[in-house]
Formats: sequence, structure tokens, C-alpha cells
Amino acid sequence: MNTLLRLLALIKKELYAILSDPKSRKIVVLPVLIQGVILPLAATLEVKNAALGVRNEDAGGASVELVQRLGASAAFTRIIPLRDEREVASALDAQEALAVVGFPADFSKRLDTMDPAPIQVLLDGRRSNSGQIAAAYIAEISAGYFAERAGAKGVRGGVEPPVVSHRYNPNLDYTWFVLPSIVAIILTVSSLILTGLSVAREREQGTYEQLLVSPLTPGMIMVGKGASAFVVGMAQSTVVILLAVFVYGVPMHGSLALLYAAAALYFVTLAGFGLLISSVCMTQQQAFLGAFAFMMPAILLSGFATPVENMPEWLQFLNEANPIRHYIVILRGIFLKDASAAFVLRHAAPLFLIAACTITLASVFFRRRMG
Amino acid sequence: MSEPAVILEGVSKGFAGLSRPALTALSGRIQAGMISGVVGPDGAGKTTLLRLMAGLLKPDAGGVRVFGRDPAEEAGPLRMQVGYMPQKFALYEDLTVLENLALHADLRAVTGADRERAFARLLEFTDLNRFTRRMAGKLSGGMKQKLGLACSLLGRPRLLLLDEPGVGVDPISRRELWAMVQQLAREGIAVVWSTAYLEEAESCDEVLLLNEGRLLFDGKPGAFTARLGARSLHLRGLAGCRRRALRRVLKFPEVSDGVIQGRSVRVILREGAKAPDPAGVDDADGSPYWVPVEPRFEDAFIDLLGGGPGGGSRLAERMRARAPTGDTLIEAESLTKRFGDFAATDRVSFSVKQGEIFGLLGPNGAGKSTTFKMMCGLLTPTAGRARVMGLDLQRSAGRARQRLGYMAQKFSLYGNLSVRGNLEFFSGIYGLHGARQRAAIASMLEAFHLEPFLEVRTDSLSPGFKQRLALACAVMHEPDILFLDEPTSGVDPVTRREFWSHINGVVERGVTVMVTTHFMDEAEYCDRIGLVYRGRLVAMAPPDELKAAAATDARPDPTMEDAFIELIRRHDSP
Amino acid sequence: MSSAFSLRRLGALCLKESRQILRDPSSGVIAFALPLVLLVIFGYGISLDAKGVRLGVLDEDGGAEAASFTSRLSGSTAFEVVPAASRAELDALLQEGGVRGYVVVPQDFTRRVYSGCGEPARVQLVTDGAEPNTANFLNAYVSGAWLGWSEARARELGRVAPAYPEVLARHWFNPAAESRHYLIPGSIVIIMTVIGALLTSLVVAREWERGTMEALLASPVSRAEILLSKLLPYYALGMASMGLIVASAVFVMGVPFRGSLWVLFVVTTFFLLSVMGLGLLISSKLRDQFESAEIALNVAFLPAMILSGAFFEISAMPEALRALTYLLPPRYFVDALRTLFLAGDVWRVLLPNIAFLAGTSALFLTLVARATPRRLDG
Repeated sequence: MNTLLRLLALIKKELYAILSDPKSRKIVVLPVLIQGVILPLAATLEVKNAALGVRNEDAGGASVELVQRLGASAAFTRIIPLRDEREVASALDAQEALAVVGFPADFSKRLDTMDPAPIQVLLDGRRSNSGQIAAAYIAEISAGYFAERAGAKGVRGGVEPPVVSHRYNPNLDYTWFVLPSIVAIILTVSSLILTGLSVAREREQGTYEQLLVSPLTPGMIMVGKGASAFVVGMAQSTVVILLAVFVYGVPMHGSLALLYAAAALYFVTLAGFGLLISSVCMTQQQAFLGAFAFMMPAILLSGFATPVENMPEWLQFLNEANPIRHYIVILRGIFLKDASAAFVLRHAAPLFLIAACTITLASVFFRRRMG
Repeated sequence: MSEPAVILEGVSKGFAGLSRPALTALSGRIQAGMISGVVGPDGAGKTTLLRLMAGLLKPDAGGVRVFGRDPAEEAGPLRMQVGYMPQKFALYEDLTVLENLALHADLRAVTGADRERAFARLLEFTDLNRFTRRMAGKLSGGMKQKLGLACSLLGRPRLLLLDEPGVGVDPISRRELWAMVQQLAREGIAVVWSTAYLEEAESCDEVLLLNEGRLLFDGKPGAFTARLGARSLHLRGLAGCRRRALRRVLKFPEVSDGVIQGRSVRVILREGAKAPDPAGVDDADGSPYWVPVEPRFEDAFIDLLGGGPGGGSRLAERMRARAPTGDTLIEAESLTKRFGDFAATDRVSFSVKQGEIFGLLGPNGAGKSTTFKMMCGLLTPTAGRARVMGLDLQRSAGRARQRLGYMAQKFSLYGNLSVRGNLEFFSGIYGLHGARQRAAIASMLEAFHLEPFLEVRTDSLSPGFKQRLALACAVMHEPDILFLDEPTSGVDPVTRREFWSHINGVVERGVTVMVTTHFMDEAEYCDRIGLVYRGRLVAMAPPDELKAAAATDARPDPTMEDAFIELIRRHDSP
Repeated sequence: MSSAFSLRRLGALCLKESRQILRDPSSGVIAFALPLVLLVIFGYGISLDAKGVRLGVLDEDGGAEAASFTSRLSGSTAFEVVPAASRAELDALLQEGGVRGYVVVPQDFTRRVYSGCGEPARVQLVTDGAEPNTANFLNAYVSGAWLGWSEARARELGRVAPAYPEVLARHWFNPAAESRHYLIPGSIVIIMTVIGALLTSLVVAREWERGTMEALLASPVSRAEILLSKLLPYYALGMASMGLIVASAVFVMGVPFRGSLWVLFVVTTFFLLSVMGLGLLISSKLRDQFESAEIALNVAFLPAMILSGAFFEISAMPEALRALTYLLPPRYFVDALRTLFLAGDVWRVLLPNIAFLAGTSALFLTLVARATPRRLDG
């Protein structure tokens, strides 16, 4: 009971120190704003509002009709007619067009005679991912057009495009994809920065010794620092979750209880990292750089924007030790895939392991650092 | 007399966010060829005044003229003529001694043969020749000050502004530094030396005495102390408790201030008052008697402010009394701490009994803080043992630490919390809650006069109130043992007296106190002093015995500082 | 401030700054170790190239035609086919992330292929929409494979099949469409932002915190000298780091470099000056190392990461954000670097970018010069 009251005094002080100080308030609020507002809108790999160059040698009307359809899509809002190869090259070079479609002279004729009608698509390799997506759009739109024309001529059957459905995210909305990761990133940043800098800050201010001579044990100090960062991290996560569901319309299929349980486990894992950094670093600057050096690669490799399975084997293997990678799978599972407790538990297993390691290491260093 | 180097006329300067201006309508002059002391407690406005003379600040009102020019507007021509040494060493700690010098030489266009000569002269002058390749960050406090002085002397300035060069420097280095500056003054340079140590003022040629941004006195220090006449007295012949004697003496209406000096009590009488009858002051069967003594600068300063704070302690009044047991509570047994091959503390042994004030006295870097931290369990000894109440604090449970109070050297409360926040936090982690916590906080607020600042951020308190709050946080849970690391550095003399009234009061309640200090005055309050020098305990005795041991024919009645220097000299050349 | 500009004083200050850089291990870490780690991550870890995506296949038909189609899928390097026995199994795999999509060949598939026009044979594709980029690729690849197979099959069976559009895509500048080729130039921008803004955000604040700025201001040093002494050494450090990164990108990771080195030098110079100006501005205003680093992270690093186009497609962002990107130096540097690496000296792209970067460097440097005080109180 008494221990609990002392701990409460410590947690209250930590929270008050975080929230009353304009500097640390900034650290708490700014990331939520930037990551909660700007990142979901900016983090997209879709192709929208792009310019499409058209080099049309076709004598018939089919190509014109097709170009109209392309121009009516959300992907291409601007059509640039190009007269010759020189203009094509220049449009691509100068990034005026993301893609250029070329129709050969006999395009309409081949279409009428049911011969294969090739469409040339030139793409800007400086943005090859967007290029590939653009090419896929062009293929999809033209396939629809071709099938329609064939149908109008009474030729049916034989070739029908596949029936495609996108499970969990029918419109392939990028915000649905990004927002669960943002919950992870926010929790990562705040728990690492808050726990990572907390001890170093006390050390610089000279208050750490004052704590060490008090009846608080190192374990209690660790728990107190962790708990206050936990409160802040959970509050930030909650803001992002609310934004996700009510502003961005991301569905929340799974159970909230599971979501918070997973967040708590993930927090413990990270607090271990943070306290480890904190007990090894003497100054806030070192702790800041340490947290940054851990966070940046860990976030980049977490799969928040690019799939983990595209990485080479050895990196995927190393990445198993990256807690964010697992947490993001859990978050996407709960938000979009109505993940069961069993699912969460399976993906949380590595987190338990990592947490056990980091917390053990942190408490060893924490104790040793007192000597 | 020649044209003054600096003329100040009605200078005022305030800063946004501060309730009172840093300087108010200050006038004065600085003459060439002498040392002018800018003297006053922390927060008096010394640094602001020096920065105004250096052209780093522009006055809000009034005028500053340095060699006939306005330093803020005509900085260019003046920069080469003014040497300025800021308070925080202002050296590049990751550059070597020579690299720091070379940088300042280049900045001040000291080149070629001139430069060779200047370096040779300054390195010789500061005795830094052996350390030219050492990183500035790895120098001792005294050596840093000397290097800072050397840097500010490059280019042969005509005005030298030194902001608290005596801080963090041991008495020996301080005397060396002083000798150097005196030589510079003899060469015709105008030297401004700012200090919070009032005893330094006595050695200056001229003094500007500041308090709370106002000029209290301008003139020769002797003229200032002379105003006291024969009102400084010693009460000697005390046989009983000198702390109780001090408290009784301070109750006499004739006495305006009093401090303990070893076995004696030093008092200042109010103007026109006669020394009261000292019978009944001693609580043993001594026969106390008055002896007139030479007044000190500090005496005159306190007198000018209207006297000391009195001797009562509301803190001690509310504390429960502990029965005297005579137990040894703190014990060090050949305590040693090595960092690499450097022994910060080298086989130090001492013990402290219940109800005693034990002081570790020594220059910065001598190892007193290291020793102190090992006693509190903050550092692991390389060898030897540190025991408090028979326990090793590093291993002992929270229950043992519950009985300790600790006040760190640097101000170490949470600056971004309010006064109330700090009090609540520290009482909370020491297990106080509910009504007991509220009562404890209320009595701290009363004892330390902190009520008006309850919701004020601790950062914005004055140094004196910060220190009061720190002591409040350390004693709120009624510890049996108090560890105080440099408790009154940076505190004005009045607050320092108040502080010691509290410490004396709690000691009478049976609390044991261990204190480190580099203030010679403060050492006089201790029952016993351990003199620490280069990691070793050089001497250990009551203050009077230390002084007596250091007495020589030339100096039969040495001050604590004299004794200190003498004992160290003997230690170095046995 | 004081007497005119002096090269000797500037030299002395630069020497001092360089010594401090060389003696501080953290600047080495930020300028050389971190960039290499990031380069490896961007080169190998971050990839949008869908190769060997795990694709579930459920053959409910079991006939020869179904086998013919599924063998076409397993023949592609784009997929790693995972055969399954039931939809339930595939649904579980999809939820778990074991496959990123699956293809179902329905029961009467073979019969429909032979029966011709009446009821066309169809296949079904289900993707994991939780990973939209991968889902898009699966859609494109599976549709392509399906249309190609069914048209060829129709012709083999002697039927008139409607023409299907054969999209012949060619990626200029990057024929293999390797995402690494365009991600690495983008990542260089992020790395240079970290070096330029994060390191400089600490340097002036450090002088204030340690009290050395006060000593400098009291000496005959001029504002321009202080400013240049902060810029030049860090500029050299940034350039050295840039050299190392570009060399590793070209010689180790095989990213082509088609532009001229001198243009690269000019662009990098203006970019470094812009971000260093920003870093110094933050540092001079805040005078607190920790706070400066925090702000630099938020106003320099995060925008470089999110809004520069290094990762995400600017054209697909909402109007307001798109407008915002025009104010950010990293956007122009990304554009210029990608062009220099992959396309060459395309002046129509490079000139506007260089002009803008020159403008931002002038702007930030002017602001820093104004923020560099002559006295402690202004």
C-alpha cells in the first residue's frame, strides 16, 4: 500500500513535469498533429492527378475513345497530345508526363479485325512504382473498353477479366493502410523519447541523485517512469485511433480490448528499449541520438509503407527482432481483419520475447548505473 | 587622477519576465591601475553590470562610457581594448589549452613574434606550461580560471572584466589568481573583479557593493568596514553548547547579528548599543566574556541591511526530539574510490556520532563530493566501507534511506514543478500522505516563509528561496541524519545565517548532520572538520584546534582560510 | 559588429569548429555511420518491387485447362504459388498474412473453356486490401496473366476471340523498374537533411549553453565570421558524406548516375546551404540543444521524409499538402537528384529546382544572419 502511494507520487510528478512544461508538451502534441493529420493524407502510393502523354498515329476512332476514357479516370487528369518522338522524349524527360501511351497506325483496324492490338506505354523510371501502377490502370481501362467494343459487335465470351475483390479494404484506400501504422509509430516515438530521455534529464538536472537516496528502489523508479510515459502514449494512441475511425473512416472490425492489450504489451517492449538507452546515456543529447538511431531504421523496416516480404531473406530474419514490425501486423489485423485473440497472441509472441530481453537488460543496466 | 576607464551614470537594466530590474540607477567609475570589486550576493546584478561594460547588453536608461565610448554602439574599436572573462569558464572544453589560446590570439590579431612572446608570458604567468596539450575540459577549476584569464589577456586589453573568477577555485589557486591580477593592475590595467564572497572585497582597491540591483556602497573597502567601529565582538570562554549560546545571544536587543566561529560567537552590536552582560548565555559553568575583534566586510554588509535574521528555527520547533544515545551513526573505514589510476578518495576514515555536525572541508576536486556520495550510497567504493546506522546504504532497503535527508550540491529540485509540486512529490515518495502530508507541507511553508510562492515555478525562485525549498524537501520526513552537500553556495549571507539557524536547531533535536563545504566561514559551525585535499583526509579536528595547529609566529591568530592553506602546505612538504 | 571581415579570424574559428567536429564521435556517427545504415535500408530493405508475392491458388475444377492456367501463374517470377484445398484455408492464410491474395479457378472451368461463347470461363482473384500496393500489383499481374492465357487458349481452340489490349510498358531511365533506383536518390535527400539540419541545430545552441558565445561576442569577431565559421566546416562534412553516399550508391548498389558531377555539386551545395541555414536558424533562436534537435526533427526531417516525394507520390496528395510541398527544399532536391541519377542533365527539370534551392538558401541564410545577435539582448 505504502509502496503504491510512493509510486503514485512519482507518477504524478512525472506526468505533471511532462504536461506542465511547454517544451515537453510540444514533444507530446506535435507528433500527434504531424503524424495524425499530415501523414495519413501524404502517405499514399496511389496515382492521382497525373499527366498522361498521348502519341496517336492511329487513323481510326478507337484510340480517341480510349484516350477519353483514360482522361476521365481519377488517375489522369491531364492529357498532353504529343506529335512525334522528340516531343515524347521531351515530355518524359521534363517530367511533364508520368506516362505516354502510343497507338500504332493500325490500332483501330486491328481492334475491328479482332487482331491483338498492342498499346505502347512509356513510363518515367524516376517514379517507377507510380509508373507501374499507371500502366496497370491503363491496362484495366483498355481491357474494359476492348471487351465493351467486342460486345457491341456481338463477339462475346472467350475472354472475360477476372472477378477481383479486395478483402479488408475494398477500395484499396491508403488511409486504411497507413493509419494503423501511425498508431504504432506514435506510440513508438513517444514511449522511446519519454522513457529514453527521462533519466538522462534527471541526471543533467541533478535530481537523479535525490531520487536515488530516497526510499524508492530502482525498480520503482523504472516503473514510475514507464507508467507515466504509458499514460501519455496511450492518450496519444487514443487520439489517433479516434481520428482514424471518426475522421478518416477506417473501419474498426476487431476488439478494442485486444487493441489496448496489444498496445500495453508493445509499450512494455519499447519502454525496455527506452530505459536501456536512458541508463546507458549520460546526456539528453546522447539519449536523443540513441533513440533516433534506433527508431529510424526500425520504423523504415517495420512495413509501415513498404511490404516486409519484399526484403531479402537476411533482412527479414533480422527484422524479426524489430518490435514495430510485429505490432503493425497486430494493429492491421485488429483494425481491418477482425483479428481473433489467437491471431493477436501468435503475432504477440515475438513481442513477449523481445520485451523479456529488453526489460531484463534495462533493469540490469539500471541497477549497475547506480554504482 | 587620470580619466576613469569606465563611467557609469544612472544605469538601469531590466529583463522581461523578472519582477524587479537587474540594475537600478547605478552610477560609479572604474579607475585604471587598480582592482575594482563588484561585490554582492547572487542576483545582485553583478553579471549584468559586467556585461553592460563589455557591450554585451544595452542599458534601458543611463549611460555607460568605456574609454569615452559607448560599448554597445561602438563595440568595434573597444573590443580590442576590453578583455572579458564570463562566469561559466567559456572555454572550449574539447580543445586543448594551446588551441584555446591560439583561437583567442587569432581573434584578437595577436600574430607572429608577438604571439610567441604573449604565449610564453601567459603560460609562464598562469603556470600552465605543463598542460598545453591537455583538453580544457580536463583541467581543474583553478586551472580553467587561469586559462580563461590568459585568453582574456591576449592582445593586452586596457580594461579587464572578470566575472566571478573566484568561483570553483580552491583557496590556494584563488590567492595565485589574485596575485596575478594585482600585478596586472600595477601595470596600469583597469581590473574589474566581481564576487559573491564578501571577504574577497576586503582585498580590492575599490568596491562597488550591490544588493538587489542597487548600489549600497562605492569606495574603499576599509571605509566600509570602518563604519562599524568597535561593534564587532567575540564572545569567548564558552564551556557549554555554543549553538544554544548563539541563540541566546541573538535574543539580546543590543545584538543585530551573530555567527559561530569555532568555540566563540561573533556578534555585531546595533549602532550605539553597549555589549550586554553575557552571564547566563553559557549553559555550562564557563565564564563568557567579550573581546573586540576586527570588523569584517560581511559584518558591515549585514549591518547595513539592518542585521541578521535572528536565531530561531520554526523547523526545529516542530521536530520531535531524539533521545541522545551517543551512538556512532556514520562511519567511513579506509574508504577509497579510484577512477582509472586516479584516486578521488584515498583511504579516508572518520566517524560521526549522533547529534554532531561533521564537515568535510576542501577545495573543489579534492574528493569531498566523491566521499560524500559513497557515504550516501550513490557511488560504490573501490575499497573500504561506508556505513550509515551500521548499514551499507547502497545495499540497504528503502527503510534505511527513509531515515536520511539529502540535499545535493547543485540545486536539484524539479525546476518545472511549482513549490507545491516539489513538496508534494518529495513528501509522497517518503511515504507521507493524507493529513500527515498536508500538515508536513504546511509547516514547511511556514518555517521557510514559502507561502507566497506556493504556485510559483521553482525555476523562477531566487537562489535563496530555491535553497530554502531544497532544505525543506530534505527534512520534511523528519530524517535522523542529514547529508548536506555544499548547502549554501550561491546564497546571500543573510539566508546563509537563517540556514544555519535551522541546522543548529535540528541538531539540538538529536539529528546528525554531515556537510561538505568550501566556505571557510561555514566550517566554523561544525563540531569537527575533516580537511580533504587530493583525496586524502589531511587533518580532522574541531575548527579551533585546526586553527591553533596552523598558528605560526608570523600569524598567531589565523583565519580558517589561513589554517587551511598552512595545513595543506605542511602536507605537501612534510 | 566590429571591424571589417578578417580571413584570419574566420580561419581560426573554422579550425576550432573542425576540431570540435572531429573530436565529437556523434558527428561521425550522424555524418557517416547513419547514412550508410540508411543507404542499406533504402537499398535493400525498402522495396516496392513485388517479386515472389505469395499467391494462394484453389483449383476447384481439377481439369486440364485449370492446370494449364495455374501453371502459367506458378511460372511467373512475380508469384510464389501456394496451392490450397479449400477457401476456408485460403481465407485463414489471407488473414494471417501468409498469402497476399488468392486465385480461385471455379468448378466447371475446363468445361466452360471448351464450350466456347455461351458461358465464358472466369477466374476469381481475392487480394489482401490491407496492403494496397501489393494488392494493386497482384491485380495487374493476375489480370495480365489471365487475359494472356485465355486469349492464347481461344486462338489455339480456333475461336475468334475479342482482341485484348497488349500493354507494352517500358520504363525509361529504369528499364527493370527497380524501385531501388528511385528510392536511393530520395533517401539521399533524407540523409542530407539529417546531416544538414540536425547537426547544425545543435552547434549554436551548444555555444550558448556552454557560455562560449558570450566570450565570442565580447571578442572582435563579426557576425559574418561567426556565421561562416558555422557553415563552412559543416558544409565540408556534408559534402564528404555526400561523396561517400553517392559513391556507395553507384559502385556498390548499382544505381546509375547519368548527369554531370558539377551539376550534382551545385545542387547539393544549394540544398545543404538551405537546410544548414534552417538548422542554424532554429539553433540561434532557441539556444537550447535539446529543444533545437526536437524542432529540427519536426520541421526538417519529417517533412523531408513525408512530403518531399522521396517515398510518397506528391501528385496524389490533397491540394493543400501539394501546395505545402512547394515550400520545402527537399522536394526540389528529390526532383533534381532523381533526374541527375536516372535521366541526366535535363535542364528543364534542373534549372527550376536549382533556382528554387538557391532562393531558399538565400532566404534562410539572411534569416540566420538576422538571428545572429550583436549583443546578448538583441
